[in-house]
Amino acid sequence: MSNINQGAEKIYTDLKSKAEEINSAREDKTIVMVGTATCGKAAGAIDVREAFIEEIKHKNINAEVVEVGCIGHCYAEPLIIISKPGFPSLSYGNVDEGLSRRLVEDFLIGDDPCYEFALAALDPNDEFPTFSDFPRGVFEEKVILEQCGLIDPEDIDQYIAVDGYHALVNALGKEPGDVVEMIKESNLRGRGGAGFSTGTKWEICRNAIGPVKYVICNADEGDPGAFMDRSILESNPHQVIEGLMISGYAVGASQGFIYVRSEYPQAVRRINTALKQAREKGLLGENILDTGFDFDIEVFLGSGAFVCGEETALINSMEGKTGMPRHRPPYPAVEGFRGKPSIINNVKTLSYVPHILRKGVDWFKGIGTPDSPGTAVFALVGKVENTGLVEVPMGTTLRTLVFDVGGGIRKEKEFKAVQIGGPSGGCLPESALDIPIDFDSLQEAGAVMGSGGLVVLDENDCMVEIARFFLDFTQKESCGKCTFCRLGTKHMLDILKRITIGQGEMEHIEILGELALDIKNGSLCGLGKTAPNPVLTTLRYFMDEYVEHIEGKRCPALMCQELINFYIVPKKCSKLCSACVGSCPVEAIFTRDDGLKAIDLDKCVKCNSCPAACPPEYDAIIKVSPPEVVEELEKENA
Amino acid sequence: MNTIVTITIDGKQINAEEGSMLLWAALENDIYIPNLCAMKEKARPSASCRLCFVEVEGMCQPVTSCTQPVTEGMVVRTRSPQVDRLVQTAFELLLSDHLLGCSKCPKNKSCKLQRIAKERKLKLTPKRLEMLEKDYPVDDSTDVFVLDRNRCVLCGRCVWVDHHAALVGAIGFSMRGIKRKVSTFGDKLLVDSTCTQCGECVKVCPVGALSFKKNLEVSIK
Repeated sequence: MSNINQGAEKIYTDLKSKAEEINSAREDKTIVMVGTATCGKAAGAIDVREAFIEEIKHKNINAEVVEVGCIGHCYAEPLIIISKPGFPSLSYGNVDEGLSRRLVEDFLIGDDPCYEFALAALDPNDEFPTFSDFPRGVFEEKVILEQCGLIDPEDIDQYIAVDGYHALVNALGKEPGDVVEMIKESNLRGRGGAGFSTGTKWEICRNAIGPVKYVICNADEGDPGAFMDRSILESNPHQVIEGLMISGYAVGASQGFIYVRSEYPQAVRRINTALKQAREKGLLGENILDTGFDFDIEVFLGSGAFVCGEETALINSMEGKTGMPRHRPPYPAVEGFRGKPSIINNVKTLSYVPHILRKGVDWFKGIGTPDSPGTAVFALVGKVENTGLVEVPMGTTLRTLVFDVGGGIRKEKEFKAVQIGGPSGGCLPESALDIPIDFDSLQEAGAVMGSGGLVVLDENDCMVEIARFFLDFTQKESCGKCTFCRLGTKHMLDILKRITIGQGEMEHIEILGELALDIKNGSLCGLGKTAPNPVLTTLRYFMDEYVEHIEGKRCPALMCQELINFYIVPKKCSKLCSACVGSCPVEAIFTRDDGLKAIDLDKCVKCNSCPAACPPEYDAIIKVSPPEVVEELEKENA
Repeated sequence: MNTIVTITIDGKQINAEEGSMLLWAALENDIYIPNLCAMKEKARPSASCRLCFVEVEGMCQPVTSCTQPVTEGMVVRTRSPQVDRLVQTAFELLLSDHLLGCSKCPKNKSCKLQRIAKERKLKLTPKRLEMLEKDYPVDDSTDVFVLDRNRCVLCGRCVWVDHHAALVGAIGFSMRGIKRKVSTFGDKLLVDSTCTQCGECVKVCPVGALSFKKNLEVSIK
């Protein structure tokens, strides 16, 4: 064993010194890193990249433009990092083509880093604050996101240069059982949502009988508002590959799969590039690092059904059957893909594995809480200032996450709730903000960790409508196999729809609650079992809003369209302005005899264009609920 | 060599093969547990109708008896407030999606839904839930039988026998979620499909979704 490992260690050392050589050659060069994960691209990173390339060529400067992934600050996309010898590496947010040209002119040529446009420096220096000088940086602790956005995901040498694949060498030097034991001891819990012990899963699979076993990376991320797995695959695919390889070695598998949805084309491309490069380096394939370990990875493209994230449905999908869950047990670790023992781990779970191998069990257990060690990765979205990808130690409170890491609620509105864990999760109110985030405490509060989507809601969000929105999603994504999920979610959705249009009755609340509990207890798979969570939590924490909708026929958050009307306050309206008239797509706004504007409610489609168009100095257009309030206001103002 | 074990269901001691599914052990010993989708021949129960819940001592939640292997000394109760509640809700959900009007149904008096209602004293009309309206055209294109999807409870028994007993493969499930239905390839009429009209599917339908045409019923049987 040790001889083999010395050989592997030597091959790796050679690989690493080559990678470091290439890296250090770049140190004398100016590098412009453009964040081109999907978030960056959507915000216009490709144009920014082109602008840099063009300008650098035009001005004939010795600088390289590199595409990297996402460093998590999605609110500031397109985002770039410039590292120029003699200056701290600086990141710039909201970059456009104009700023790109200016940075080339002033910084790349003129040595003026344009601090006024800089977001933060990457490393401590005497010139400019770093990310860790902001509250977000203070509370964040990056493990699996550490290299995201800082290395080129399409260049394996950059991963190797930061110790990449050393954990694999490390693992290959141990007995597979010891690797399993190590993961078990680390108490790593599955980041796919349920939080099951990863080591125990591996142990079950390792002990399962049979010469052929499989390991599968579950990258079928599909929750509304979640993009953690995609970002990791787009930003640091080798980390996931390394984790998957270690799991394969530990349980005795020689074939791995990455099940990723085809809606993630860029992630798929980057994984395939990474796999190709790993094979070329001898890190993947036959006789890896001359240790006799054979292992290869294939990418399986899922066609994007939420239920296929469920282990047994994922297996059916991979076997060419309809992606529908099977009854468990037998669990996939015992009888999975093609009837063989199979490990299915989420992208994030596998990403922790190399770090645990490299830095040890105690290091990992030193982060987070005793029962949920490590960090939590969230896609922080919704009505929060700094949306993006964040990584905090487990045990951080929701309040810290929303107000310090996320920078608080946008437009100084009132916080109302967080929807945590995607459609399987729940809505937690202000009073739950101080609970520490970990698998168990969230469950106690009625939500789940889920895969890590976190949507922040403010006073303008109606909780009945939010419950309806998420249930609409799960109802559409239900595979239809079992009675509770297929029919139960349909009835719940119908009831919620009726409440949001003012046709609810008080007895509906009771039926909703009863159905929710029965669906939770009676469904076949995790999708059905968790589908009622948004309803159960909103009933638990926001019952008053349900009652307002049913008894008062009004929506307190002024969100449910059937229960509101728009009204132009004559006192605030200006004769000189007709911005609202121009904004209305259905010509519902007209000029009254006195020159002020008013809305023809028969024509109004409540599209929200006019309040957005009304200049802030007038702020004359309001929403009212119940809709009849408009008549009273008209009388008052007549 | 199969080991026979002794288990207790509702206070009654019975013998069953170790590892066999609890539902069959109960049914074969005249202990009724509601069920629609279960078929003993199936290697892997689909566990989709969610009606056969029971309580097993030592387990905190009711479990489906079609998926619960029998072990020595197992103590089972087929009735409890929790079980009754789940069965009642599942039954009510199924009824809300089922064309009612038993008097006009070909399966009247031999329908499994009627049996469940009778055994568990459940009403054959959903009281809390609105009826979900479905309006499928009735497929009476074959000479032998009629397929009325408005009465289908999606138990999947017909699909299974079509694939595994008749070895034809003319029908399967299509669509998903609330739109899930039994259909032929390309959603053609049965007569235009590969269906051989063997009638095996009709024999296993627990409700009135598949029924023999009147004049042929006797000769086929």
